[in-house]
Amino acid sequence: MNNRLAVSLSPHEKGDLSVEKIMWGVVIALAPASLAAVYFFGYRAIGVVVLGMIFCIAVEYLVQKFITKQTITAFDGSAAVTGLLLAFNVPSGIPWWQLLVGSIIAIGVAKMTFGGLGQNPFNPALIGRAFMLASFPVEMTTWPVPLVNAWNLGADAVSSATPLGLLKEGIKAGQTVQQLAGKFPGYFDMFIGHMGGCIGEVSALAILMGGAFLLYKKIITWHIPIFYLLSLAVFTGVFWLVNPAKYADPLFHILAGGAMLGAWFMATDPATGPMTPKGQVIFAVSGGILCGLIRLMGSYPEGCSYSILIMNAFVPLIDKFAKPRRFGADARR
Amino acid sequence: MKLKTFTPGGVHPPANKLSANTPTVKLGLPKEASIPLSQHQGASAVPVVKKGDAVKVGTLIARGEAFISANIHSSVSGTVMKIDDVLNASGYKTPAIIIKVDGDAWEENIDRSENLINDITLEPEAIVAKMKEMGIVGLGGATFPTHIKYMMSDDRKADTLVINGVECEPYLTADHRLMLERTDEILQGVRIMMKAGKVDRAVIAVEANKPDAVAIMQTRLGAGQNGCFTGIEAAPLAVKYPQGAEKQLLKALLNREIPSGKLPLDVGCIVNNVGTTLAIYEALQKNKPLFERVVTITGKKLKKTGNFLVRIGTPANMLLEALGEEMPEHTAKIINGGPMMGKAINSLDIPITKGIAGIVLLDESEARRRKPMNCIRCARCVAVCPMGLEPYLLERLAERENFAACEAAAVSDCIECGSCSYTCPSARPLLDYIRHGKVNVMRIMRGRRQQ
Repeated sequence: MNNRLAVSLSPHEKGDLSVEKIMWGVVIALAPASLAAVYFFGYRAIGVVVLGMIFCIAVEYLVQKFITKQTITAFDGSAAVTGLLLAFNVPSGIPWWQLLVGSIIAIGVAKMTFGGLGQNPFNPALIGRAFMLASFPVEMTTWPVPLVNAWNLGADAVSSATPLGLLKEGIKAGQTVQQLAGKFPGYFDMFIGHMGGCIGEVSALAILMGGAFLLYKKIITWHIPIFYLLSLAVFTGVFWLVNPAKYADPLFHILAGGAMLGAWFMATDPATGPMTPKGQVIFAVSGGILCGLIRLMGSYPEGCSYSILIMNAFVPLIDKFAKPRRFGADARR
Repeated sequence: MKLKTFTPGGVHPPANKLSANTPTVKLGLPKEASIPLSQHQGASAVPVVKKGDAVKVGTLIARGEAFISANIHSSVSGTVMKIDDVLNASGYKTPAIIIKVDGDAWEENIDRSENLINDITLEPEAIVAKMKEMGIVGLGGATFPTHIKYMMSDDRKADTLVINGVECEPYLTADHRLMLERTDEILQGVRIMMKAGKVDRAVIAVEANKPDAVAIMQTRLGAGQNGCFTGIEAAPLAVKYPQGAEKQLLKALLNREIPSGKLPLDVGCIVNNVGTTLAIYEALQKNKPLFERVVTITGKKLKKTGNFLVRIGTPANMLLEALGEEMPEHTAKIINGGPMMGKAINSLDIPITKGIAGIVLLDESEARRRKPMNCIRCARCVAVCPMGLEPYLLERLAERENFAACEAAAVSDCIECGSCSYTCPSARPLLDYIRHGKVNVMRIMRGRRQQ
């Protein structure tokens, strides 16, 4: 008789979805935004994207090999996703060593300290970005003008400001949104990504293509991105309706800055998000409001990454509150 | 029209119904039949024969004496050799009556003709008594003694009979074949059960991946004479696992939810499998006890697969022999039942019992578990849980043996369908731990009740 029979418990069948498939699926979904980044910001964007991924994978590998002595999972795709997203969250002119510092913080501190894959309470790429913004405020807010000198290896990039930065400065200086409007790129330019900003956040079009891929592949559900953007739009829309001279319209807020990238790729990080649709809606709506609040009231022009990090902190509480409905609970005949 | 199905949760494992088009064949008689005394939920039956007794096909050999138990009848004619422990399909030794087979003499009062008998002469109480006498248990796999489902009180009455022809487990096709081949008898069985349960509505539930079964049921129902099938319908359901589970089936079909710890009768339903329905027809109209059933033998590496009408107590390896097949070389698991909820067994040298709907041979490539990774909190286990539980949380709590928290998180509601483990991209052994939690919580709850 065959003595190699296994007698483990059911189920004996296993679906073919794996962590690797999910993570590399996210990498594929980020491809359009990567291409947009390279199109608008040229060779520097290629460098940032490639280095971001290499740094993050390398940090995870080294930590697992020499410090935690875990099985090496650096190539499961999740470090690659973090590296890509970190790269997407910096301007194209960032010095390579600052990106390395960001990667060490993102993977080494925000992820591996907590036990690695899935154990991190905060989105590692956003922790990396927040650390870099605090440590390198100049480089992190120097925005090369898109398409200018993108492929000119010798020339320095010409810097400009992001639409959100222009808005914040202008309002502070006492101008109205209407007076500032001439300085903003048009909505079509903002939609395709022809504006200053972090390399991966500028093109709403490319991000939407990636988001559609994530939905199609069922890597994410629609709840978080849709409710995050909706909530941001409603929140900023109310202020805009009350005082359109001081507050920009909701479409501007959705297309400008990191809201699109955040809603589709950062807030949807499974490890740092809630476990039920109900919880995800609470998470996303609160995140959208926080983002709007920081943009309209805070001292930073952009609040997307902080809004997500703050909501990450609430996830354990949200999971305790937003339970799935138990089958048969308050069932009526 | 959008087909009905249950919410929440559910998964879509590949159907792999390899034997769906293979007609049922009568399997030959074994040389020796080992008929376990416990083939049902509840207490073991008590032998009423002893070594040396001559028995016929259909002779009562063990009586179900406890409230939850079932009679057992000989499936062969011959001589009782001994009552001894044999390995059963759960991998345990269990006492069985072992009969040396000699010829095939049936009890005279069994009607062996193929005539369809429509007239239902017995009154409801007598029908239920007959179910008990004939050793009828649920043939869907749970093997709950059927007559108990028909014991109603004034405050617990049924209004609907549900016939479960869902067969949502991958690979298994025994019920599918029965619905195609024994349609008329099953429909007469439904009439008997409606009378026994005093209901005037019955729904035969079939998943839409068996359109031929739905069609033949609907045709025959339409051809019924003098409105004899009034109140009976055949309902196709959208394919989703675990739709054959009682709670999910009633939710899908009637939008009724059985509360935690309750039974179908608490929401006015009786649920029986199509195989049970046929057994009831044969018991009532043919005086034939439950001593044979249809068993699927299947697996991707088998050249041929099949459905066999098998006498209870026949060794399972006779099924392979009947196909003319050897055990495929890289077989890694033998499953009693389907791959989602069936039990892995370590030998085919076990007797077929009332609860075995199929034997599935899984190849190494299918059966080996992947190495678990960390939970990435993707929430898919929560989304697919048909009971609205949080498998990721239960797993963690059970792993830490925090049984109080497991109980609070409703671990006892788990129906062990395996959708969570099936889905988990990190290949975590969710259900293994949840079972650990459930067993312990049930034990603690029992202890509390006894105090």
